[in-house]
Amino acid sequence: MIEDIPVLSLILLSPLVGLLIVLLLPGQRSNWLRTAAVVFTLIPLALSLWLFASFQPGAGGAAYAEHYTWLSIPLNKEMVNGGSMNLNFDYSLSVDGISLPLLLLTAIVSTMAALASVHIRKRWKLFYVLFLLLETGMYGVFLARDLIEFFIFFELTLIPMFFLIGIWGYYGREKAATRFLVYNGLGSAAMLLAFLILIATAGFTAVQQDTGFQIDFSGSYDVLLKNLADPASYANNASAEMADLGLYLSDSLKWTAFVLLLVAFGVKIPIFPFHTWMLRVHTEAPPSIVMIHSGVLLKMGVYGLIRFGAFLLPAQLESWSTAIAILGVINILYGAVLACVQKEFKLVLAYSSISHMGIVLLGIASLNEAGLEGALYQSVSHGLISALLFLIVGSLYERTNTTQLDELGGLAKSVPFLSGILLTAGLASLGLPGLSGFVGEFLSFLGLFGSMKWITAIGVFGILFAAVYVLRSVLNITYGPLKEPFAGIKDARFIEAVPMVALTALIVLLGVYPSVLTDVMQHGFGGLLEQISQRTGG
Amino acid sequence: MEAVQTLTWSDAWYLSPEITLSLFAVALACLDLFLPKRWNRNFIGWLTVLGLAVAAAFVVWLLIDMKNAGTEDPTAGFHNLLGGSYRIDDFGGLLKLVFLGASGFIVLASLGSVRSKDVPIKGEFYYLMLPAALGAMVMSSSGDLITLYVGLELLSITTYVLVGARKNSGISGEAAFKYLVTGGAASAFILYGMSFLYGITGTTNIFMIGNALGDAVESYRALIYVAFFLMTAGFAMKLALAPFHAWAADVYQGAPTPVTSFLAVVSKGAAFAMLYRIFMNSAYFVQDPAVQKDLYLGLSVLSAAAMIVGTAGALRQRNVKRLLALSGVANAGILIIPLTLHLTPVHTSLFSEFVYYLIAYAFMNIGAFAVLTVVARGSGDETLSGFAGLYHRAPWTAAGMTVLLCSLAGLPVTGGFLGKLFILFGTVQTHIYWLAAILLATTVVSYAVYFSFIRQMYMRSGTLEGGLRIPFPAGLSIWICVAATLALGFLPKPVLGWIDGLFSIQYDFWAQ
Repeated sequence: MIEDIPVLSLILLSPLVGLLIVLLLPGQRSNWLRTAAVVFTLIPLALSLWLFASFQPGAGGAAYAEHYTWLSIPLNKEMVNGGSMNLNFDYSLSVDGISLPLLLLTAIVSTMAALASVHIRKRWKLFYVLFLLLETGMYGVFLARDLIEFFIFFELTLIPMFFLIGIWGYYGREKAATRFLVYNGLGSAAMLLAFLILIATAGFTAVQQDTGFQIDFSGSYDVLLKNLADPASYANNASAEMADLGLYLSDSLKWTAFVLLLVAFGVKIPIFPFHTWMLRVHTEAPPSIVMIHSGVLLKMGVYGLIRFGAFLLPAQLESWSTAIAILGVINILYGAVLACVQKEFKLVLAYSSISHMGIVLLGIASLNEAGLEGALYQSVSHGLISALLFLIVGSLYERTNTTQLDELGGLAKSVPFLSGILLTAGLASLGLPGLSGFVGEFLSFLGLFGSMKWITAIGVFGILFAAVYVLRSVLNITYGPLKEPFAGIKDARFIEAVPMVALTALIVLLGVYPSVLTDVMQHGFGGLLEQISQRTGG
Repeated sequence: MEAVQTLTWSDAWYLSPEITLSLFAVALACLDLFLPKRWNRNFIGWLTVLGLAVAAAFVVWLLIDMKNAGTEDPTAGFHNLLGGSYRIDDFGGLLKLVFLGASGFIVLASLGSVRSKDVPIKGEFYYLMLPAALGAMVMSSSGDLITLYVGLELLSITTYVLVGARKNSGISGEAAFKYLVTGGAASAFILYGMSFLYGITGTTNIFMIGNALGDAVESYRALIYVAFFLMTAGFAMKLALAPFHAWAADVYQGAPTPVTSFLAVVSKGAAFAMLYRIFMNSAYFVQDPAVQKDLYLGLSVLSAAAMIVGTAGALRQRNVKRLLALSGVANAGILIIPLTLHLTPVHTSLFSEFVYYLIAYAFMNIGAFAVLTVVARGSGDETLSGFAGLYHRAPWTAAGMTVLLCSLAGLPVTGGFLGKLFILFGTVQTHIYWLAAILLATTVVSYAVYFSFIRQMYMRSGTLEGGLRIPFPAGLSIWICVAATLALGFLPKPVLGWIDGLFSIQYDFWAQ
């Protein structure tokens, strides 16, 4: 039975096994290396699909959860008479309706990106080693249920990304890599401070033992969730004398923690004005890495904001919801307007990502079932669409050596298949009903409309702009007179076509049959919505 | 005044590590003197490592011995010698192990990789590490200001000589001179401060100073400030804490690389040992909360300044030794944080935080300096561009260096990460958020510093062709450092549990 197999650990660790195998292969055989990498992205994909198929939404992910204490640091033996005081970090994995869709997204996008890495022309071995390390980091982020464990995996995606951008990127790669590292490092620093504030206060548990109190500071998400949700819990209910001990999570500390989390994940999402690093990564990184970056890494910000912002500190999120909605609208309009005037196709896509992530923020700000599901749905859908778009960008660039819009044109004549897929992806991106982009946008706007009608109304303008910039750039590339140098270029090879068709099929599937995902998501948000409605007296 | 207590034979057992080092130092010096010139002096290096290892074995034996004795009678966990002027306890024992281990790896890394045309007189170069390490041990074990000062001078004078060991190099001589002058000034500050402390309390015994200060604060408030101001400034010069760090870059650059790494790890660690011992026994007992707060605030400000100045300075540095000197300034700022945190009922783990990060710091620095030695030996270039294309010439060394750099940058999963995390948790527990914020912000900026190595190693192509020749002892110490850095990150429990099992503030800092 699936319950007896540590399936989550297998998903997490199989890329590492692949990494070791890639290390042992000869460095000149690019085909062997790529095959090994693809095989070891397929294993977690198969496991995730199995997990998805056998997942029972009502039961949550409890059946698959794994929990081991990683380390227990002894603190303070002076003052605890006979008892003990420890700082505990766990190796704890679990899935629920929120992480499962993103886990599956990671598996799909990673496999497709591994296939798309056919464009990589040098130092294959190091590339695939780092690629698989990055994949492990991403799985870890979505599976981890301990704050420090989460942080470690979050950082683990940072180091390989630095190399992947800096070695295999385009002309400005080193600057882009450093900027990526420093911006995301600042985000991580804010996150770590917020996490430590939470661990030092709400992570506190005391259990009466025979020998005295066993006191723990725990990074476990479950412990924090329990302590924060229960107003009678030890640390939160503390009176003035407890404040001396520094265990009391005062309101101002909660605010600090929430704002730090918002900044931390806001850098990743990215929320305007923290977005400049992401534009550079989109233009400078190799396309297969941008697929992962735009497809999965940005979603880690969304996931973090929902998991730690919404679930741990719902009251703070609620009172910030208007601000978040306004930030979302700024993202939508800023991204959309600027996407309309870009001359470089990759920048159009980068700004369009900013715009689409704004819709996710609106969904989160709504704090109701439709909105939150919409935010998550939009994340998954945008992950697939942007992965597909950058897959095409990679293939186009290989043939044309440019992604400047005014240098491209009429490609529908020479590469009809690529152009067709590009048009489909573009239509999905602008939110055409029947494709996945529509569902996420619709649910997000629907969710927010109940509470903030005006903001929603302004945000919807973003969709109009989306139609403008998508059609402007896609039509510019595919139609019009065929530019001379591109007359003889060949259409997609088989190995390029496979991931394109697969991603397109998924986008259509999610567009016409949304309940594949929404059924799973529904139960994920159950506890949160209950908590919010209790607080608002609903 | 009690009669001077002389050394007995039973006390000699407690001093076995120190005696071992002295004997080895004298024997190796004689050996070096009488052996014919044409003999290769490398074996003296091996004997130096042996001496350090034997001393370390004695330290471990003593730690275990006293721990077992301590189960019935808690006061047996420490032992006073010579009328309380020398003290064998777990605080000293743990730090001695760090110093001896670090010195051993440094000598190991320099075996075969220090060139004769750079350091002409190799025998001296190796065996002088022994009295230097002895000085550091005396500093971590003193119970008296005078003993402390003797240890400090033993360490300092030996390192003045070692810094100047590149006798054919102008900058080495300049570095030795600068180090001598600033070191002398620092000693003067410390002594002057100590004299005020003696004037106020009437004793040079560190443990009695605490008692006496408690009552003295009413009448000698201003003098207490003067004493601590002078001592803190002197220590800050020894530790290269900003704004007393200006000498560090020049001295580190001029000294032979193994000596640089000795200065960065052992000298710094010994100065910390002294600072922790004095502050925990004196400033902590100043009864006036306002005065006490000021004394600790002084340390916090130094810490913040060191982190900011060190990191900002390192950003613009191209010379690797100067860069690591400034990184050492920033790390000294981090290592002092646990001392500045208040003891509260939920936070008493300052010593574990300090020692754990010191161990991690020792491994990552010794490893990085060892890599620098072998790289500079190949390219003759001690700037960052010497690392260019290292990945193509020596992929495994580049990978090892990447681990060490990640640890220096505080990225998971390394000893440097957990050490910083642990210190950061202490600051959050005691609500000193501004220091936590500075620590985090400078850490992020330091990514740019350490990743500039990675840019050179992986993203630039060097001018040199062919592989990098790494002498076996240097390679061994690099890989031990890398493995230890990773082990400290993944499985810190044995080390932390061991520190926690041995150390107790009650018995190792305060009990007389």
